[in-house]
Amino acid sequence: MARGCATYSTTAGGPMQHKTDRLLRQILADVLGLKPGQADGFTPDTGLFGHLPELDSMAVAGLLTELEDRLDIIIDDDEVDGELLDSFGSLLAFAEAKRQAK
Amino acid sequence: MKATDYACPLPSGVSVNELALVFDQNRDKRLLIIPALFDEANRMRRFTVEVMRRLDGAGIDCFLPDLPGCNESLQGLAGLTSVDWSDAMQAAAAHFGATHLLAIRGGGLIHPGGLPGWHYGPVKGSSILRQMLRARILSSREAGRGESQEQLLEMGIEAGLELGGYQLSAGMLRDLQAIVVPDGVGLTVVEQEMIGGSPLWLRAEPDEDRAQADALAAVISIGISA
Repeated sequence: MARGCATYSTTAGGPMQHKTDRLLRQILADVLGLKPGQADGFTPDTGLFGHLPELDSMAVAGLLTELEDRLDIIIDDDEVDGELLDSFGSLLAFAEAKRQAK
Repeated sequence: MKATDYACPLPSGVSVNELALVFDQNRDKRLLIIPALFDEANRMRRFTVEVMRRLDGAGIDCFLPDLPGCNESLQGLAGLTSVDWSDAMQAAAAHFGATHLLAIRGGGLIHPGGLPGWHYGPVKGSSILRQMLRARILSSREAGRGESQEQLLEMGIEAGLELGGYQLSAGMLRDLQAIVVPDGVGLTVVEQEMIGGSPLWLRAEPDEDRAQADALAAVISIGISA
């Protein structure tokens, strides 16, 4: 299960991407109530909003707010669409871009 | 544990009975618990009661009152503001003869003051509101309607607004925009780092965590005896 992720996280780029990746997995684990290490199995293709029934709009709102707090970024509501939240990979790419743009 | 009630004042001047879960053996140490607010109240309720069970075992009486307009309350939320919640907690503290207070999350925003105690996981009113607005915008978008925070707020502070199934009055919205935990009230802040693990208010589904309940109960039972 962890294979895809290990491959992914070692090829994800520099230290900043690494940190964003780790934080995002941690936040998802917190929101979804996963056990430590369980979020390591997420790959870029892992589906989020619309794929995980527990991830409703309130949970996604919590996730985004937590993302803002922990990454010290501001997410505009206009930036949030189905595509952004569709997969782990798309959310990670967005979070990285936000951090770099700071 | 038993369910009882307390006389809760309403803005109209009348008083109604609201539910409270209590562990009461007429002991000296008596802890009033102000619950988390809105959706977080549901996610934190089991944890809160688990903390109460442990405190009861440690010789501390605990009281978890309903806020008017929430949980089992028969009152409409739409006519209330945060001041009414604060008044309700003041009445509950007096009714149960509380000696100490534990506020959970947004509960710290409406504590009545005057009692020593703890505040677990402080949060600003504006953060609670922002998250509720965001959830509404997300679900509206799914339904094909475009809404913005500014537009919703503008509408809400005139006429009230439904967010996450909660009918918030214009006054409640204005309160949430501005409200922070007042300084100098003497509550000891308990941050998540002291409790360990990840905060249960973040969970998409209500969850529980024995180690976290143990930790918060330990902080309080040690502190209350100091």
